[in-house]
Amino acid sequence: MFMKEAIMQAGNMQEAIPVDALSSDADGAPVNVSRRGFIAGLGAGALVIGFSLRSGRALADVTAGGLETVKGGDATPSLFIAIESDGSVKLTCHRSEMGQQVWTSMAQILADELEADWSRLSIVQAIGDPRYGDQNTDGSRSVRWNFHRLRVAGAAMRTMLERAAAAQWGVDAGDCRGERHLVRGPGGRTAGYGELAAAAAAQDVPAESEVGLKERAQWRFIGKDVPSLTVPRIVRGEGTFGIDVRLPDMLVAVVARPPQVFGRVRSVDDQAALKVPGVVGTVTLPALEPPAMFKALGGVAVVAEDTWAAMQGRQALQVQWEAGPNAGYDSDSFAETIAATAREPGDVRRSRGDVDAALEGAAKRIEADYYVPHLSQSPMEPPAATARWTGGRVECWACVQAPQATRAAVAEACGVPEEDVTINVTWLGGGFGRKSKPDFVVEAALIAREIDRPVKVTWTREDEVRHGYYHSVSAQHMEGALDQDGRCTAFLHRTVFPPIPSTFQAGAEQPSWGELRLGASDNPFAVPNLRLETGNAPAHVRIGWLRSVANIYHAFAIQSFAAELAHAAGRDQKDYLLELIGPPRRVDPRDEGAEYDNYGDPMDEYPIDTGRLANVVREVAALSGWGRSLKKGQGLGIAAHRSFLSYVATVVEVEVDADGRLTIPGVWSVIDAGTVVNTRHVTAQVEGGTLYGLSNTLYGAITAKNGAIEQSNFPSWRLMRMNESPRAMEVKIVASNAPPGGVGEPPTPPAGPALTNAIFAATGLRIRRLPIFTNDSGDRLPVDTLS
Amino acid sequence: MAITLNVNGTSHEIEVPEGTPLLWVLRDRLGMTGTKYGCGIAQCGACTVHVDGQPRRACVTPVESVGKAEVTTIEGLQGEVADAVRGAWQDIDVPQCGYCQSGQIMAAVSLLQSTPDPDDADIDQGMSGNLCRCATYLRIRQAIRNAAADVSA
Repeated sequence: MFMKEAIMQAGNMQEAIPVDALSSDADGAPVNVSRRGFIAGLGAGALVIGFSLRSGRALADVTAGGLETVKGGDATPSLFIAIESDGSVKLTCHRSEMGQQVWTSMAQILADELEADWSRLSIVQAIGDPRYGDQNTDGSRSVRWNFHRLRVAGAAMRTMLERAAAAQWGVDAGDCRGERHLVRGPGGRTAGYGELAAAAAAQDVPAESEVGLKERAQWRFIGKDVPSLTVPRIVRGEGTFGIDVRLPDMLVAVVARPPQVFGRVRSVDDQAALKVPGVVGTVTLPALEPPAMFKALGGVAVVAEDTWAAMQGRQALQVQWEAGPNAGYDSDSFAETIAATAREPGDVRRSRGDVDAALEGAAKRIEADYYVPHLSQSPMEPPAATARWTGGRVECWACVQAPQATRAAVAEACGVPEEDVTINVTWLGGGFGRKSKPDFVVEAALIAREIDRPVKVTWTREDEVRHGYYHSVSAQHMEGALDQDGRCTAFLHRTVFPPIPSTFQAGAEQPSWGELRLGASDNPFAVPNLRLETGNAPAHVRIGWLRSVANIYHAFAIQSFAAELAHAAGRDQKDYLLELIGPPRRVDPRDEGAEYDNYGDPMDEYPIDTGRLANVVREVAALSGWGRSLKKGQGLGIAAHRSFLSYVATVVEVEVDADGRLTIPGVWSVIDAGTVVNTRHVTAQVEGGTLYGLSNTLYGAITAKNGAIEQSNFPSWRLMRMNESPRAMEVKIVASNAPPGGVGEPPTPPAGPALTNAIFAATGLRIRRLPIFTNDSGDRLPVDTLS
Repeated sequence: MAITLNVNGTSHEIEVPEGTPLLWVLRDRLGMTGTKYGCGIAQCGACTVHVDGQPRRACVTPVESVGKAEVTTIEGLQGEVADAVRGAWQDIDVPQCGYCQSGQIMAAVSLLQSTPDPDDADIDQGMSGNLCRCATYLRIRQAIRNAAADVSA
């Protein structure tokens, strides 16, 4: 059985390196595969080490207990690292590169322990295969789930090279040291990694206990400001994204999809479409039946020689649609419905003390309702996928975040075994969660089989905006009690939203524990009486996940309400937030009846540590000059949130003029993500993640009328532009030896409430309903409505 | 329709339907995928190229309207300003996913060619047509300033 990897090099698609079947070690330790036979494509003297990515990480879609039980795989190691006889090093990256610089961070971790010369290292993108373990590039976990394994693999390889040198020199292996691509031995002897590769390949792989990992002080790459492996290509327009894939004999398809989810084609007249120059045919896709899952939405594909012809062809297509069961979905009325649900008692999901009694006995009671609309991930590259059938087997090339889920979805939709489906992963022009859902790859596979030529399905921007898996729409009801001294004695949070499970289970309406653990169940506030409730809401669109997911609306409500409580108590917002966070301690929501899995990591390794949360609040307050005197119309807002095991606190400064025009002079953000691998890229993620949150808060709204999405392209669906962005931003990374936490998503949740809290501080205008600016607000805050 | 298109110093004799946007001629016909599609309605700037040195949105530029003008794409961009911009972009790793960055670089080079010492307002003006969902705006701004200083040095 062959396993193929796709090499992305300078815009060229090269065919895969076939490798012999790799066998595992029972407990997943690295295994020397070099001796298992000829490995085509690599030189004869290569050292290839395979190592398992099994671990104790239990995940919803990976059975705990190892690769033996993973669907579709046998217990073989996965990622391989090859050192060729010329000294070049290839590392498989099993995570998708979408701008978070995962290629670079994985390479840094390996290169450090291997003591490799950075310039000799290149990345091979992995296909989707369960033997890699988890490949879902979401959840901000590439570093935290691969940090230790990559270190061990690198150290093991270095040890094998040292032992090979020692054997050749007839000296003790302990006197040989791998350093920057050379093994140095006694008497000034050196040998390059390349020349040692063949001899090292004859070695046994040392056990983890035999290899020495570096001390932090010895790190050359980890924790440093290492430049990106991808940027030098990007600035030349090189690199293959999903939409860039070109195959011989390839056609392009653009699909007309039902405006409503579970709508279907009633009739289609493709005569005019077929007359468009370049159009070769149309394909009607199967109608979508609930649950949506990752299946194709249905509709009619226009297939043409090139993209423009396909787009023109679709415009000429005449389709009559049956609207289906979601035709009544109206965002305005739905907002009222979920707000009403949120005002009624709900299902208790976490409870401490007696919230009702405390509310009754309160000196002051505060109540607030918050609303966050649907959002679309909108990576700049819309979804695109290419499929090619050879007999009963299909190969796909696509910008996917979850290549194994993609493989399963394509296999299911096409009625073929997964072994007959190969998913090659390109670079992603952004993901943010949209490309975790491979409906677009299913489309390509179905159409290509029908047409019997390779087909690239390209989604237009309108398609991406109108046919998404949206961030869910939510209503949050908050109630708080203050005592005589303004201290918060009760905190009620009720959250209502159509849940992600609705996409996978028809009729699912209850917010899931998996979404509550994202900022609601793990509210760390030190309030004596606290309760979390949920209310049900049906889904009328495909609900998906968007960068930081439910943390967005949970943090918006909790951090905004914290500011409202502070104001009601007549207190400084930052001081009050620290008081709510309380003394340094570990919080465990399971003690209070909440289902909580800590983002898939053990609580003792990654506790909910209020000391770390308070610390980032204090740090960002100092960084931003919290408390400095401000002019009229200026205001500072603060928010702090733990998500994906990291802690982020953000301060936003706004300036609002007399006409209600808003500018953002400054943003400050402090992140505690434990051990960080690349300081410049972590900083970039904090910048980008924060601005992503600000953009969505300022302008983001996906709304439906008669079940169809009202927005279509920029600007009806609006994204922040350069002239609307903060004038300056400063990021601080807390120095920490704690295990690595997530980085890609944690900056997003605090951004929105920090902004709206700043607007309140500047103007007295309390914004509880997003977006801040709708398409007809003229970008003016209604400051003239304030007394 | 038979036309001759000059791209990055090379002449291409091609047959295309009238009205085909330059973007799709570049990407599909000539295989030059460095210029990207983001919206198709000149709202995002991912398709920015230079036509006789001026920035244009290739997605709404009918190919026949280019005539004999010189088209420059990211693949063929060169010169002192381009080198400075590429260098500045790499020094601080401006790109994240990189998909919008061909357009950003083309726009930045145009900006610096017309305004060698841009202030914040100039940068807003020159660059606000280019969307970045990864929101690398802070670094784009800094890199433009750095490139400007580099060129004038």
